[in-house]
Amino acid sequence: MDHQLLTTLLFLAVVALTLGITIWASRQTSGAADFYAGGRSFSGIQNGFAIGGDYMSAASFLGISGAIALSGYDGFLYSIGFLVAWLVALLLVAEMLRNSGRYTMADQLAYRMKQRPVRMAAATSTVVVSIFYLLAQMVGAGALVALLLGADSQALKNLTIIGVGALMIFYVTIGGMKGTTWVQIVKAILLMVGSALIVVLVLAHFHFNLSELLGTAASNTGKGQAFLEPGLKYGVSTTSKIDFLSLGLALVLGTAGLPHILIRFYTVPTARDARKSVLWAIGLIGVFYLFTLVLGFGAAAMLKGDKAADVAASGGNLASPLLAEEVGGGAGSTGGAILLAFIAAVAFATILAVVAGLTLTSSTSVAHDIYNSVVKGGTASETDEIKVTRIAAAAIGVISIALAIPAQKLNIAFLVALAFAVAASANLPAIVYNMFWRRFNTRGATWGIYGGLLSSVGLVFFSPVVSGSETALVTGADWAWFPLSNPGIISIPLGFFFGWLGTVTSHEPASVERFTELEVRALTGAGAEQAVQH
Amino acid sequence: MTTEFSSRDPHQSADRHDPVYDELHASPEFAELKRRYRGFVFPATIAFLAWYLLYVVLSNWAGGFMSTKVIGDHINVALVFGLLQFATTFLIAWLYSNYSTKRLDPLARELDERFIALEGKSSRGRGNH
Repeated sequence: MDHQLLTTLLFLAVVALTLGITIWASRQTSGAADFYAGGRSFSGIQNGFAIGGDYMSAASFLGISGAIALSGYDGFLYSIGFLVAWLVALLLVAEMLRNSGRYTMADQLAYRMKQRPVRMAAATSTVVVSIFYLLAQMVGAGALVALLLGADSQALKNLTIIGVGALMIFYVTIGGMKGTTWVQIVKAILLMVGSALIVVLVLAHFHFNLSELLGTAASNTGKGQAFLEPGLKYGVSTTSKIDFLSLGLALVLGTAGLPHILIRFYTVPTARDARKSVLWAIGLIGVFYLFTLVLGFGAAAMLKGDKAADVAASGGNLASPLLAEEVGGGAGSTGGAILLAFIAAVAFATILAVVAGLTLTSSTSVAHDIYNSVVKGGTASETDEIKVTRIAAAAIGVISIALAIPAQKLNIAFLVALAFAVAASANLPAIVYNMFWRRFNTRGATWGIYGGLLSSVGLVFFSPVVSGSETALVTGADWAWFPLSNPGIISIPLGFFFGWLGTVTSHEPASVERFTELEVRALTGAGAEQAVQH
Repeated sequence: MTTEFSSRDPHQSADRHDPVYDELHASPEFAELKRRYRGFVFPATIAFLAWYLLYVVLSNWAGGFMSTKVIGDHINVALVFGLLQFATTFLIAWLYSNYSTKRLDPLARELDERFIALEGKSSRGRGNH
């Protein structure tokens, strides 16, 4: 069978499967708790897989393996940071959030603060973080489709981005949280199976000898031992070393501030199930990141000549699909065509599941926090709120498409790392202060969120990512003065600082009674939102 | 404070200050639960963050040490250190799971039951407000 036909069929199968799940889920959905939180009736294992499906994005599958294929050991930091970060979510955030919130990240802050300013701030940062994250996924989709259809046409990439945007609007407006969750569960299983298959084939090629794999990678890339040691990418100057540290901080502190991850904790009946789901997620994600190590070094060891050049030209994003083709028998072989098509379809499913989660999160926040609380003062009906969620999903889809088209030169893992930096700077300080600091108040929360958000986004804007470098978004201009490509090392402390400063300069008395409630509720689950009984 | 919140807001109207929470908060069981929770998560968080940052810093500024060969020609300290980060993450998650099941959940459940009794109604029916 012609490999492009096969690829197209598998892509269509993935799309049909996700659409089927979405339509099925829409029939099971009635009311807001179903639409936004899947009725809070998923089990710990189901939610663990869904978290895995939400988190192991194109950045992980295509981006990390690509970063390792190009920069060797330095790419491994992404895997480690992305995994260790889950301990912050497990120990400090998941259970308490489940007990104290309802549909969005803002709920937990609004518990003891003034509603409008806090919800406005939290919704703003939710939308910004989600859009950064969406860009990464859409760039990945464009690159993937262009590779598979064998045409490096910009029009085709743009068309794919528009198609993914249209699909994500459909998933969210029709399927809500139930549809999104099942799409993520199915995707997590496909991704684990697909990558395990390639990993086994790569390891078999090197006689299950890790040292042989690493040695071949070092010699094939022509970089020798340096490829296996830290510093190839980030060790060149003091600035790049600080950039590495900054990236490391953003990765480890970002996860527990990612809104699309946080709202997954609302989909289970109790805090104990939220804990169980994080434990499952850590297991799945940990194993998957060990796979990416093999995929990345495997691509470095096995792809030669033109193929290696293709990987480099894509910012590393095509390492895994091209590796799949290679281990299946190489270009032109039937095995290679089948594996390439299969892995690309898995990557496409990955992207669709993640964009669905991101769109749902940001549009829920627009409807629940901005429309209902800020605009309507809490009087909007459930039906109206859900209608606004659907309109917001469409708007966010269109904005992401418009931004993703010019962002296609950037490595996906790198783009996602920016989303992590914004999440760690704007959201994590407010969440942590809110749970552990009695005196924290409304001004502290809004200053912390806006301070972290503006400093992280602002520093990116004045960094070499946006202007003044070869790979910058804007070419032919240079207004960069901030030397680092990841702002975390400055913006995360600033987020905590502004949260503290706003709190101590405000005359608003701390809401002691509400803090008492929050503490009891967060730790014991007394009075927490219950699962919907159908 | 209470008057500052709109009573029409759906998330607020449900249980705007409920004195039962004060009673639970003042109980020795709650103080013990909070002490046990913080006694685990604060030290554990400091430990894993320090361990992770040590890894990042050594990768940056101790290239010689990180490139020391451990096994064969290609497996060096950097790789082993990275894999150890995976091992410690799994370990801490497992320890916390055991700790919370044994030391936190029974107390939390007891307090939640007391809350339900004091409220005079089943907290199971509270999802519909």
